[in-house]
Amino acid sequence: MPELLEHTEANPAASPATLVPAGTGAGERRARGDLRLQIARLERELGELFASAFPRRGLEWRVGAVGGPRMLSTGELERIRDALAARLADTRAELARRADAEEANRGLVERMIAEPAEHRWVKVSNEDVGEPGCRHWHSRPRWGILGMLLGWWRVRLSSGCPLAAGPRPPAPDAKRSPDGT
Amino acid sequence: MSGSAEPGTELGWLAGELREEFPGLGLHQLTVERGSGRSTRATKDRLRVLSDRFAGAQAINLRHQPIPWAYRVFFRHIGLDPDHQRTPVEELALERMKHGGFRSRSLLDDALTIATIESGVGVRAFDADRVSAPLGIRPTVAGEALEGRPGELPPGTLVVADAERPVSLLFGAGARGRGVTPKSRRTLLVAIQVGGVPAIAVEEALWLAAGVLQG
Repeated sequence: MPELLEHTEANPAASPATLVPAGTGAGERRARGDLRLQIARLERELGELFASAFPRRGLEWRVGAVGGPRMLSTGELERIRDALAARLADTRAELARRADAEEANRGLVERMIAEPAEHRWVKVSNEDVGEPGCRHWHSRPRWGILGMLLGWWRVRLSSGCPLAAGPRPPAPDAKRSPDGT
Repeated sequence: MSGSAEPGTELGWLAGELREEFPGLGLHQLTVERGSGRSTRATKDRLRVLSDRFAGAQAINLRHQPIPWAYRVFFRHIGLDPDHQRTPVEELALERMKHGGFRSRSLLDDALTIATIESGVGVRAFDADRVSAPLGIRPTVAGEALEGRPGELPPGTLVVADAERPVSLLFGAGARGRGVTPKSRRTLLVAIQVGGVPAIAVEEALWLAAGVLQG
């Protein structure tokens, strides 16, 4: 096995810079170790943010790869660390922006329920308040046009997501005739 | 460099520079005296139960769990983006979410799925008669390629290799002709350990897969 493990040094045709990270000294190795720890910490924070962001959609989580699998140089590890830190900051800012909007929408729902006539036809969905599901609050008139004319407004709460569409499986007790029809 | 970790399992070898650079990196392997075949009813039932247990909440919280998180971190350390090239357990979780359940394919595939989801450790398999165990992890040198794949691998690419050739990229594509086929008689199960993942979890993954394969 040794010849397999040491052939990176034994093969002069191979560029050392591409086989092992640029610096192989103890200091360089320690620096890469530190960067790996920082990457691990940032990855944990990004994972926590990912879980707390659910069910919000449209957030960008990708950081991009420098190409692998291979041992990365100090510069490449720094680039990954910086990209992770930037992604974390961007996502936190975006989530904070959305949280403000969701808080405002929750306030709107409360005002709609208190005074439906003041919020005619306003519709707020679960997505608008940062919650999962398809429920929505809709300010609409009771008894259709009559309610519109008489000012009888109320907030209706929808019952949830529509049922899944698509072909139904055959009923379990459906029996076929002997000729297969 | 190779040694026994537990009866039946074997530690693979590791190139010296990798040992220094990635403490905790290791390759564990276990040979099972059978190939693949049709999945059994019991295995399909087990997959179904696993599908019921593994819902959206579990998928979202995967990154919080120490073992899946450790693999994500290692992917970053070797230049892969785990949101683009997913870790084995996240790949299966995504499939579960897309299809509404873990799909049964063959006995071996089902065994690997069960082991990976239960343990968080990715397990892959090779035809034990077409690779020279023990396998190990090393960087490639100029001129090396994966059999059946176009082009040479860039020097320094991390691969799982036997004594003669690379048999797969580390967490990537395998060489043609080294995987398990319907004609395979023996299976070499392989799991990669990374920093932060205890050896016992890797051993458990291998034994889980072997247990399903052997019925």
